[in-house]
Amino acid sequence: MRRYAIKRLAQAVGVLWAAYTVSFLVLDFLPGDPVTAMASAGMDSGTVDPAQLAALRHEYGFDKPILVQYADYLGRAVRGDFGDSVSTGRPVSSTLADALPQTLQLTGAALLLAVLLGGGLAVVATYTSRRWLRQLLLSLPPLGVSVPTFWVGLLLVESFSFRLHWFPAFGNDGLRGLVLPALTLAIPTGAQVAQVLAKSLLTALDQAYVETARAKGAGRWRVHLRHALRNASLPALTVVGLLVGQLIAGSVVVETVFSRDGLGRVTAAAVTAQDIPLVQGVVVFGALIFVLTNLLVDLVYPLLDPRIVVASGRKAVAV
Amino acid sequence: MVPAVMSDRPPNTPGTDEDLSTTPSTDPDPGEGAALEIRGLSVSYRTRGGTVAAVRDVDLDVRPGEVTAVVGESGSGKSTTAHAITRLLAANATIDAGTIRFGRHDLTALSEAELRTVRGAQIGLVPQDPSVSLNPVKRIGEQVAEVLRIHGLATRRSAPAEAIDILHRAGLPDAATRARQYPHELSGGMRQRALIAIAIAARPRLIVADEPTSALDVTVQRVILDHLQGLTEELGTAILLVTHDLGVAADRAQRLVVMSQGRVVEAGATREVLADPQHDYTRRLLASAPSLTTAIPRTKATAPPPTGTTPLVELRNAVKEFRLPRANGESRTLRAVDDVSLTLHRGRTLALVGESGSGKSTTARLVLRLTDASAGHILFDGTDVTTARGAQARQLRRRAQLVYQNPYASLDPRFSIGEVITEPLRAFKVGDRTSRLDRARELLDRVALPAATLDRRPAELSGGQRQRVAIARALALSPDLVVCDEPVSALDVSVQAQVLDLLAELQADTGVAYLFISHDLAVVRQIAHEVAVMRAGRIVETGAPDDLFKHPRHEYTRELLAAIPGRRDDHDLRTQTA
Repeated sequence: MRRYAIKRLAQAVGVLWAAYTVSFLVLDFLPGDPVTAMASAGMDSGTVDPAQLAALRHEYGFDKPILVQYADYLGRAVRGDFGDSVSTGRPVSSTLADALPQTLQLTGAALLLAVLLGGGLAVVATYTSRRWLRQLLLSLPPLGVSVPTFWVGLLLVESFSFRLHWFPAFGNDGLRGLVLPALTLAIPTGAQVAQVLAKSLLTALDQAYVETARAKGAGRWRVHLRHALRNASLPALTVVGLLVGQLIAGSVVVETVFSRDGLGRVTAAAVTAQDIPLVQGVVVFGALIFVLTNLLVDLVYPLLDPRIVVASGRKAVAV
Repeated sequence: MVPAVMSDRPPNTPGTDEDLSTTPSTDPDPGEGAALEIRGLSVSYRTRGGTVAAVRDVDLDVRPGEVTAVVGESGSGKSTTAHAITRLLAANATIDAGTIRFGRHDLTALSEAELRTVRGAQIGLVPQDPSVSLNPVKRIGEQVAEVLRIHGLATRRSAPAEAIDILHRAGLPDAATRARQYPHELSGGMRQRALIAIAIAARPRLIVADEPTSALDVTVQRVILDHLQGLTEELGTAILLVTHDLGVAADRAQRLVVMSQGRVVEAGATREVLADPQHDYTRRLLASAPSLTTAIPRTKATAPPPTGTTPLVELRNAVKEFRLPRANGESRTLRAVDDVSLTLHRGRTLALVGESGSGKSTTARLVLRLTDASAGHILFDGTDVTTARGAQARQLRRRAQLVYQNPYASLDPRFSIGEVITEPLRAFKVGDRTSRLDRARELLDRVALPAATLDRRPAELSGGQRQRVAIARALALSPDLVVCDEPVSALDVSVQAQVLDLLAELQADTGVAYLFISHDLAVVRQIAHEVAVMRAGRIVETGAPDDLFKHPRHEYTRELLAAIPGRRDDHDLRTQTA
């Protein structure tokens, strides 16, 4: 088990390095110059003193050869220093650290809602013996996946804030402020969980061991929850791991729609301002969250399915 | 949640104390004292093509302390009948008519909630395939204990210990350890015992066993059936045994019910039915059932090849080792093939027999050069091909072909039959399109399929027809050797006989040599000129089939022979029919 964890951690570090490198290269090749953008931000005339530009370039190290820049930045990034934001001048790491709790709250709540709503929907849809209800419930997830997040958000705000005044339409205050954005984010995510779980539940219910359970005299709930669900949960768990990435990406839109502070808005602002150090910090940070979640998912697998042996193959072959 | 309304008697009361030795040879009144009484049962399936009647007007009785066997080929409705008893039919099946009397109840009229008090508690089910019938994520002990917990026969605290006890009774050695293990850590035979433990846990009055041993090796099958029979006698349980194997039925059942196309064509005391079959279908089933003593050799007894001719295939001290995953840092290896030497001459058939894991398939793969030998030599037609690569290996592929076990999986479902058969020709760029199709037509004719089959897809053919197509494909390049890996074990007995006949005929015509892999000694006896018995990677005995089966020298061969079903009554049968 420990050896497996170490191996997976090494892989995680590799993924982070790759994310950093790719983002570095892509940002380098993009048209536009952060220094020009930064310098012109303060002035309306559009004419910038070339000497001033050169000074700025030198300050940020943009005048060095690309490989030197890369080595330089990578070395500092390893120590957690992603440089200073070009637009605000604050260190990237503290900007991210400030924004993180808000976004963690949002994505965490959204993930919980997604699993509960999506999982619940899948279980009920596959349990019911009423055909119309099953058809109705199973037609919801494709709908949830296909409607755009911002539209769902606007719809929720329109009905629950402006009409019913149940929840605030924007801002970061408290649990009540969290409900609508988390729900907005949870709908497409939960829909995907529901799709995968419903599908694998139906597959599991078709297996021979389910018939064995029924032949024991087990009731439908027992068959459904104790036998089928655990077997069906693995594919859904894999999807949940992948959806975390989607949640982080979704927070950009949702935080903008609901005017919430957080990582998403930091990202949006950084991209608009071509704030390269900040964008790069966001990319690496997003990759870090993604990698950690999936590591966690991988470590949970063997707890759910004893056939998956993580310790480098011991007992993997029954002789 | 489960209303406990139905327990009209304590679950552990045995039915009656009917003595097995006094099994009536005549059939006074089948309904008298029956544990299960099926009358006029009809079941149909709704499919896209309309309604298909799977079971029609079936009458059937199972008496306490007796084994009643339902035999028939695939599609005969035997499995549907078994499932209808516990009402565990597929969602698209409906019981159209009939009654299933079990004790005071008509099972066809019970509600789902009432059925749950019958299932598991009063009727136990032993399913067909032990490899998929246990929940893979739950411990064995838990799965047995669940029956007791559902029916309130044990508390949360007492259930685990009782489960171990039941596993022990089901014949699982070291039950306490096994109870803590997961299904994948147990062999097929052990899993089937765990499933039997689940079936007997609540001491039901009736056990429905649906092909309980068809996925197991013969020696394991014998032990399992012995055990099931012992339990019947001990507890007076009634058993309904569904099987395609007439030999198993003959050995185990007091009463026999023969089904064909959804109907019962014959029923009665086993001995009587076997000795004097009344229905045509039963006679045909009996004639095609491969039993050692009744098996007629289908190959011509050719003289042994003169000494000095080059054998087609020669294996000299071949070894194949597989690396196993490391355990505690030590590397381990499995010797799948251990110092095997064998010789096969042109136009002859060498059979490799053994149980699963004995190394017979790996030996065949070595001969075909589909896997590399760890040591030893492989000679094909006098040439050493042990390390053959490139053109030489390709040449070997052309001269040695393969017929697989499962005709449902070995044909590309997207190919037409014409494409399937001509594929080897295309691969070796033999002839042009028209000549290849001509060859395919000729081959289809050879394997007794109509030329119109060329444009069909594999899915449109039956299992036997598909295996004929696979044989035609193997013969397309006129090879010197065809390796047949369990070519008939997925087929019904009557179809088995036809395919074996075909193989023998083709050998007589073309002089092809067969390396024939099988676990079924009765099949081997019909087709082989020579037999090699394998166990744990080694050949333990070789000889001519007649010799080997009549005078087995090795202990293991004797064991294998003794385990073959259908031998018990052979002697009685012959004396009766004489």
